[in-house]
Amino acid sequence: MSVRVISRSTKANPLHHHPRRGEFLIRGFLLFCGVFSILTTLGIVYELGKEALLFFRNPAVDLLEFFTGTKWQPQADAFGILPLVTATLITTSIAMLIALPLGLAVAIYLSEYATPKARNILKPTLEVLAGIPTVVYGYFALTFMTPVLRSIFGRDVVDIYNMASGGLVMGILILPLITSMSEDALSAVPRALREGSYALGATKLETAIKVVVPAAISGLAAAFVVGISRAIGETMIVAIAVGAGPNFTFNPFKGAETMTGHIVRISGGDLSYDSIDYDSLFAIGLLLFAITLILNIISQRIVRRFRETYE
Amino acid sequence: MIDNDLNFAIQAQNLNIFYGNFRAVKDVNLSIERKKVTAIIGPSGCGKSTVLRSFNRMNELVPSARSEGQVLFSGYNIYDRQVDPVEVRRRIGMVFQKPNPFTKSIYENVAWGARLNGFKGGIGNPSMDEWVEYCLHKAALWDEVKDKLKQSGLSLSGGQQQRLCIARALAVSPEVILMDEPASALDPIATLKIEELMRELAEEYTIIVVTHNMQQAARVSDYTAFFNMDENRAGYLVEFGPTPQIFTNPQNKLTEDYVTGRFG
Amino acid sequence: MSIPTNGKRLTPHFESNLPPRNRKATLWRTLFQLSTTIGMIMLMLLLYNIINASFGLVAIDNKIDPASLAVDGVPIEELDQETLITIIKENVSKGKFRQLEREQPLAERTWDEVYQVVIDDVVQPKDIVGTWSLVESLTRKEEIVAEVEQEHPQATVKFTSWIDPQFVTSPQSSDVLKAGVRTALLGTLLIIAITIVIALPIGIGAAIYLEEYASDNWVNRMIQTNINNLAGVPSIIYGMLGLAIFVRAMKPITSGAIFGFTDPTTANGRTILSAGLTLSLLVLPVLIINVQEAIRAVPNSLREGAYGLGATKWQTIWYHVLPNAIPGILTGAILSISRAIGETAPLVVIGAATYITFDPNSPFSKFTTLPIQIYQWTSRAQGEYHNIAAAAILVLLTLLLSLNATAILLRNRYSRRY
Repeated sequence: MSVRVISRSTKANPLHHHPRRGEFLIRGFLLFCGVFSILTTLGIVYELGKEALLFFRNPAVDLLEFFTGTKWQPQADAFGILPLVTATLITTSIAMLIALPLGLAVAIYLSEYATPKARNILKPTLEVLAGIPTVVYGYFALTFMTPVLRSIFGRDVVDIYNMASGGLVMGILILPLITSMSEDALSAVPRALREGSYALGATKLETAIKVVVPAAISGLAAAFVVGISRAIGETMIVAIAVGAGPNFTFNPFKGAETMTGHIVRISGGDLSYDSIDYDSLFAIGLLLFAITLILNIISQRIVRRFRETYE
Repeated sequence: MIDNDLNFAIQAQNLNIFYGNFRAVKDVNLSIERKKVTAIIGPSGCGKSTVLRSFNRMNELVPSARSEGQVLFSGYNIYDRQVDPVEVRRRIGMVFQKPNPFTKSIYENVAWGARLNGFKGGIGNPSMDEWVEYCLHKAALWDEVKDKLKQSGLSLSGGQQQRLCIARALAVSPEVILMDEPASALDPIATLKIEELMRELAEEYTIIVVTHNMQQAARVSDYTAFFNMDENRAGYLVEFGPTPQIFTNPQNKLTEDYVTGRFG
Repeated sequence: MSIPTNGKRLTPHFESNLPPRNRKATLWRTLFQLSTTIGMIMLMLLLYNIINASFGLVAIDNKIDPASLAVDGVPIEELDQETLITIIKENVSKGKFRQLEREQPLAERTWDEVYQVVIDDVVQPKDIVGTWSLVESLTRKEEIVAEVEQEHPQATVKFTSWIDPQFVTSPQSSDVLKAGVRTALLGTLLIIAITIVIALPIGIGAAIYLEEYASDNWVNRMIQTNINNLAGVPSIIYGMLGLAIFVRAMKPITSGAIFGFTDPTTANGRTILSAGLTLSLLVLPVLIINVQEAIRAVPNSLREGAYGLGATKWQTIWYHVLPNAIPGILTGAILSISRAIGETAPLVVIGAATYITFDPNSPFSKFTTLPIQIYQWTSRAQGEYHNIAAAAILVLLTLLLSLNATAILLRNRYSRRY
């Protein structure tokens, strides 16, 4: 008979893990929080996709017509998205025409010229502008910008609802965004580069435009793309000031409806689930989501490449 | 009256430099001879870089900086109110401690400054291509980059980047080149190359170099200025003279202590 | 060492060009400075426009010309209470007078209250026939009064401040003069409360997870990228998500039917709960990014100090990291809430009620919010709705301003401590 001798002490090793159930639960909760965002994205893709699919399966809808048709009249079974897309494009272009040059100019001023006193006035002003709700901007566009445009260009040229007012006010809305992203990009350029330029006898302007801006170009490009994405997704300004019906036109002084404006108008009215109108909204929404997603991915890629230059 | 001799490229007269209320540099009187290499040495924090940067008005880029006294360049006070610092910086160039080439091609790095300042090629005058090649030759870089002029300046090694910065400075035809510890960020082999370059360039340009490396100063310079820091942390000139004399027979005890390694 | 071109010295040719360069530099510098003023100018124009519309003259057409009620040539504004009561008695029906007395005897009311009764029940203001902006009201007063005299002889013209305490406390109404933002304000506050309760814990939790627990593998990188992308999705898409999921798919829960709160026949998912849930999804990505930055800003030395004493990960986070990140977290939270307060499009898509007069009192009530109210009033064609829209905007801006001012104050107080 062999006797097994227990050679190891049966007391627990003081250095070993002892169960911390609290930590485990907390970690689980936090993990859930982290993963929650994935659920949101899945939800968006699923819901938009599902309803959009219903829309495209509807016999009244033709895929080719959807992308190339210039009439959007559900009563007449016309589902061409071009009127909405051109309106979005035109308002976005007008907005960027304002926001990009001005935003860049302010950013250059802030990063290369401004005294601390000037910065202390400028930066809060921009923050305030950025924090004003878009519905207020919409009110401003309708009650101030449109009358101004009408008095400048004439009441027969400019309609009461027009794309120009909306576009201009959108430009003001986006200006702070462009400025802050551009300023970050410009400030990230090392001081040594500026000094090298000054030491060659360059003026401040020449240094700013020919040395700093080219060095920061990726960050500026990212700002540009993000600005466009924001303008495309903007809803209230266009809903209030731009118009209440799809209109395929390139005249900025006429009214039209953007993709976002259309969605908000239709869903604000009487809408029954499973009608073709309901489904069509999701098709437009899917297109909108796809466009802004692609733009955002592009801008992130640009920023990543930008960071590599200085690492 | 201090000698207003045109033999001197740069003369500092009663130069005091302040940052706000703090006096960083005190009562400097210094005359730099043309086409010679002058080294500025001293322990860290004694204002060497500040003095150097005051010679091409680079200090002004710091808002609180202020200077009193004069700095004469070929007889003219560069701090005179009517003088444009942009013009000063073209005539008195600078190479920095850490190489800082522009995010442009090698060719553009050299050409940009020249073009900016009104370089005109044409009949009887060298073309830009010729001028870029010439400057890169003088900076001892041409052979290494002649086949890749279009590549980014940042693609070069540290030592090569620094020589590119030197070529860039040469391209605007300065009379004086200020060098702020140009080799301290480089490996020993690259450092040696820079030192050789300094001696070569002195045939055509006046070189003023700040260095914390005493052996380098002894090897490379014709004249040496030794700075120290007083009890108020203001830098001041202790002794100035021909390099052999400073290192083998210094007049001031402090100088002797420093060059023999007793402090700093 | 490479030898310069045959030892030949090259002399380059420079053309002096400093004056034009300096001129150009000054020109562009002025242009840059000018463009910075655009932002200021726009802000001032915006505020001017709103304030201009929030105060001014209004011409109200009355059923009975108030001038005809004057006793012995003394207009009603200057009559004493007794005489006013007599006027009331003579001009309203017996039943109405009895009702008024029952509510509160006229003699016991204040002069203002009695005067108001005269206005409401005798003069009976009806339609608004015109409104004028503040600037116009101040500069063209006589002209305006004359105009109104001519076209609407029975109308009174008075100066009114469209924003006043009565405006804030009155419920919605189709009568522009009586309309107020109380319903909308309560809607906003309730919805934001729900948003805070849901979004804050999840947002902070996600940020903690990403910054402290997540290792650098592809899953966590994907989560981070996903959040960055979600932050750029237009707000209206969140509205559509909310419509499809909270309003429609989760209707039994969000309408309260499952809990027996409402009549199943009128119940739908367009409730405060749905709105709060949707806004939570909307603010989460930006909130997470902001809180991440706040946590990242806490120096590692603090964490190492705690770990070195044998603290667990959560203990380190709870007792050391979070307290130091509070200023940043607070800022991020306030920013997100400000954004949520101003959001309109997603809630319209969810289905804000167009006309409700009762106060929302539970998460399952129908709702409207301040921005939506502004949107609706602005969209009306009649000019007087623009005046109350402007007044409502002032209320909204005041709300946002106080919120952000509180944030700045709190942030300063907390950062001083640490």
